Amino acid sequence: MLTKVLADIQSITGFDESQWDVVVRQARSAVLLSRLASLTKAAGLLPVIPEGPRRHLESAARAGAAHGLSVRRETLLLLESMRGVAPLLLLKGAAYEFAGLPTAEGRLFGDLDILVPRDKLEEVESVLMRAGWVTTSHNDYDQRYYRRWMHELPPLQQISRGTILDVHHAISPPTGRIRADSKAMMDSAVPVDKVDGLYVLAPVDMLLHSATHLFQEGELDHGLRDLVDIDGLLRHYGARPGFWDQLVPRAQEVGLARPLFYALRYAAMILDTPIRQGVMSAAKVGAPTRPTQALMDFLYVRALRPNHPTSSDGWTPVARWILYVRAHWLRMPLPLLAYHLTRKALVKSDRQVEAPVGQPDERPAREA
Amino acid sequence: MKVSDLGRKNLAFRLARGGLALRISPFTVRIRSGISEVADGIATCYADYELLPDGAFIDFHIRLDPPSGLRRWFRPQVVFHFDSAQPFYPLPYEQAFPFLEWGLNWCIAQTTLQFVVVHSAVVERGGDAVILPGPAGTGKSTLCAGLVMAGWRLLSDELALIDARTGLVTPVPRPISLKNESIDVIRIAYPDAILGPVAPHTRKGRLAHLRPPADSVARAGERARLRWIVIPHYVPDSQAAFSPCPKGPAFMRLAGDAFNYAGLGEFAFQDLVQTVDRCECLNFQYGRIDEAAISFDRTLMGHS
Repeated sequence: MLTKVLADIQSITGFDESQWDVVVRQARSAVLLSRLASLTKAAGLLPVIPEGPRRHLESAARAGAAHGLSVRRETLLLLESMRGVAPLLLLKGAAYEFAGLPTAEGRLFGDLDILVPRDKLEEVESVLMRAGWVTTSHNDYDQRYYRRWMHELPPLQQISRGTILDVHHAISPPTGRIRADSKAMMDSAVPVDKVDGLYVLAPVDMLLHSATHLFQEGELDHGLRDLVDIDGLLRHYGARPGFWDQLVPRAQEVGLARPLFYALRYAAMILDTPIRQGVMSAAKVGAPTRPTQALMDFLYVRALRPNHPTSSDGWTPVARWILYVRAHWLRMPLPLLAYHLTRKALVKSDRQVEAPVGQPDERPAREA
Repeated sequence: MKVSDLGRKNLAFRLARGGLALRISPFTVRIRSGISEVADGIATCYADYELLPDGAFIDFHIRLDPPSGLRRWFRPQVVFHFDSAQPFYPLPYEQAFPFLEWGLNWCIAQTTLQFVVVHSAVVERGGDAVILPGPAGTGKSTLCAGLVMAGWRLLSDELALIDARTGLVTPVPRPISLKNESIDVIRIAYPDAILGPVAPHTRKGRLAHLRPPADSVARAGERARLRWIVIPHYVPDSQAAFSPCPKGPAFMRLAGDAFNYAGLGEFAFQDLVQTVDRCECLNFQYGRIDEAAISFDRTLMGHS
């Protein structure tokens, strides 16, 4: 239901209260309520929505605006800390915000992501530490795992403001089956207007990174939100001259033809994203074999639904799990994967089971 | 139709099966639970609340049930579900009704960002509202209960929903939670007070909920102008007395007690600055609940 609304916002006119009940719940569990609010506002449809659901959209719109402000402030503070050490290259949510993408409006996300050249990593880590960013993992194995086999450091947390920062040093894991040419993508980064020293990936690379993130990393709890990003990027940059022509050649050049194929296929299939004629067939250079593709269709159509009982069938959790395992498989060679999973199974994590909201000490239920 | 129109058996049946859809103004809530303490609490404390027809839009789909597995029988627990999420760790089974109340507070604070939501009691008289912010132990709920029993309208015992632009508070009248000695204080001072089931061992001690007056529930749609911020201090054996509170400390108190400050960031700051600017800010010390109510009428109403 939510995906239909996202594909065609006009479909909400005439919804009754029980339909709204489902849409609001699906959107909340998919972290897309703010996004839905921006879409309805932009389409001038807020006044036709019944009061009950409208209040949730208004609340979410304000949450989205507050979030945008805090992302900007946090990024500018980060920029000051990194000045003179390395240019600040933003990825994902913060990048969409500073690139002025419509998809940034109402997009909520938990952490900031930046990309740093590998040879600057140590220097960056030390200036960040001086600026109050400390690691969230004090486990030697995790530290080694992230540094040697992953494309990012263990998450950092700002000690006084609590913000989480992911420092990436590559687009994809160095041991993975799909290895993106991170250097080529970093070299093509473009400066952000009016903010000296701040960079984002070039439009085509931004889309490729978004696709890689969704289709290689296997964390599909917010899969639909990430697909909505891809849809937003394609619609926005698709209007720029040259974007569609560069897309497939660039994907081949940096080694990301497979994720691009999936991104185009499922955005079009699920969100009706318009794809320029000829691009879909050109993107087939990245397609898997036919049986694999049929399996992937089965899995992704389920996994990319809102994470809510009203939009899941019996296969949805299975699909998410298979894709999660697949992501690990893609990330590292088999012996390494076997070692990693055995180690994870045998050595108990020193962290507690994560509470869905907040940390154990700051239980949200306020008693009074 | 109201909750009190359902028989106790019918109420328990509905709760356990499809769920009971209630208007807890300004919200709509569907509660599902097979736990008899939940049915008891609702029967007593929510007697005057309106039932909703099928197909109504529901703000909060809530379910309280024992966990699957061992903890269903061994030192049994209860799990709070907000739609498909479980935002909290389970609590002991006998705290099921307080858990409903705490969980609902959280749901409201998390999803009502058009207002700054302050952890505070709110009462009204003559169209003017006073908010009583303060963490547990300051006598906020006891004072609120005493004022309500003395005829002030209950807007909320826990949550002040403040619209900073208009200066209006939206009522969300719900049961008043009383802790430890307060339960007896209110029982003795107001023999007519109707209290729900007592949960003996919560993290805040012994706990019981006071049924809100039917009039406050019926008038929940009437917003009120926020006029005073009164910070309560319970001091045993003291005389009831108001004293001015500077705006700075009043702001810090509200900011510390705002449930959605983190989510609203800069907006919360602006909203609260406006709110504190607009209100008269007072400290209030009291030792006896009947004296407190008289003092409120004399000082606040006397000047109006």
